[in-house]
Amino acid sequence: MSPGGVTRAEVCVVACAEAWRGDGATLASPMGLIPSLGARLARCTFAPDLLLSDGEAFLLAPDPPSRGDDGAVEGWLPFRSVFTVVAAGRRHVMMGAAQLDRYGNQNISCIGDWARPKAQLLGVRGAPGNTVNHPVSYWVPRHSRRVFVEAVDMVCGVGYDRAAAAGAGFHELRVVVTNLAVLDFQAPDHTMRLRSLHPGVTLSEVVDATGFALAVPDEVPVTRPPMAAELDLIRGQLDPSGMRDRELA
Amino acid sequence: MTGKVMTADEVASELRDGMTIGIGGWGSRRKPMALVRAILRSGVADLTVVSYGGPDVGLLVATGRVRRVVTGFVTLDTIPLEPHFRLGRQNGTVELTELDEGMLHWGLLAAAHRLPFLPIRAGLGSDVPRVNPDLRTVRSPYPDGEELIAMPPLRLDAALIHLNRADARGNGQYLGPDPYFDDLFCRAAARSFLSCEQVVPTGELLASAPVQSLLINRSMVDGVVEAPGGAHFTSCVPDYPRDEAFQAEYAKSAGSQEAWERFAGEYLSGDEADYQKAVRRFRESRAASA
Repeated sequence: MSPGGVTRAEVCVVACAEAWRGDGATLASPMGLIPSLGARLARCTFAPDLLLSDGEAFLLAPDPPSRGDDGAVEGWLPFRSVFTVVAAGRRHVMMGAAQLDRYGNQNISCIGDWARPKAQLLGVRGAPGNTVNHPVSYWVPRHSRRVFVEAVDMVCGVGYDRAAAAGAGFHELRVVVTNLAVLDFQAPDHTMRLRSLHPGVTLSEVVDATGFALAVPDEVPVTRPPMAAELDLIRGQLDPSGMRDRELA
Repeated sequence: MTGKVMTADEVASELRDGMTIGIGGWGSRRKPMALVRAILRSGVADLTVVSYGGPDVGLLVATGRVRRVVTGFVTLDTIPLEPHFRLGRQNGTVELTELDEGMLHWGLLAAAHRLPFLPIRAGLGSDVPRVNPDLRTVRSPYPDGEELIAMPPLRLDAALIHLNRADARGNGQYLGPDPYFDDLFCRAAARSFLSCEQVVPTGELLASAPVQSLLINRSMVDGVVEAPGGAHFTSCVPDYPRDEAFQAEYAKSAGSQEAWERFAGEYLSGDEADYQKAVRRFRESRAASA
């Protein structure tokens, strides 16, 4: 708990929400609890047109302020339609990452040699298609050198260097939100740059927890803290039982 | 041609060593588990399995029926990593053709449409081409000149799917929210076998759901199996949700050789009726200890 009474998890929820600012009537696909809270917070504040699914086949109508509609089914989106939305580019996903390099190449498939992995993880899932078709952000609940590595073991999500080489014209990585900071790829050569530090986090903490040289601007802003109305929504509506803290534990 | 009703064991006896089998559903959702259990009993081996993978893949890997899995993931949904598939990969007992989820869809569509490939962006720039060295790209012949992945057809010797209802002629109906890709699996396959919760007269199919629920027509199906609880322990809504407690029990069975032998002895040593009986015993013992 910081001096203002705002938790790190709440800062992360707002930082995730900010990823979807300006996306309009786009399918927001958050992977993980804090990104999900972020997407819902964005929709009930500054991004009201976002579409959200239940993870099965339904699009769910907005949370408050239109409380009467809470959870109402507003559309049908079976997996075959999700693939069409992906290819059409009308989606912004926030995925996890077991490994991530400076260009944003992401691995969720396996650790070690692909032919005989030390640890089989999720598989590539939709990451290759997502990253060459529509905006993608990442959520890393434990910022560490295990995640932020020089080279990932299996490129699932495509980073800027490989996207350029492949001529992937719809490639766009937005932000990487971690428990410590917000990062983006706005360094001159599209490598990872520190965008903001969460309140109470030092620059050296982030640099030490990153396994490659991060672009650091002269002035690093502090991540925007939640506003009172946002805290009310997070605590009162979106996550009253406080599950968000567990994702950072 | 009318009656196609057969038993799960008769379906399994139609399969041969080395075949490529497509399995419908998605993750731990509406998987044709009774048909998978029949394969476990049958002794058929050396299979290539194409699947949006769940415990279907896990069980077939754990019992050594599968040489190669073609997939983008294998998951139990509420348990993100399928433990038996994990072991198979880490121990090197199963080969993998790893594809983006959308590429798998496109490969089934190419097979269903009898096309040599379908172009797709997914895969470009990723390591999917590195681990699939036979994969080729194709350049658009139009002024844009875009280079794309040329996804080859995923042709299946047989498809296995599980639906809520069907008639004896092979008209199949899903009543849940998502058809997944079950129709495409059937279209991509030389032969298709459908299990369902209940076989009903054709005239009753539309009694409780609109015509759009008739995902499968009889031209797509070679055999119909009535298998109540046939998707267990995966979900088959609205007939039943996933059996999370049993799924957790299944996942634990990957913990050690002894745990697996205990699970296999308890649940996989008999026929489907024995399995369903053992599941009832599992529920009763949990209810008694609760």
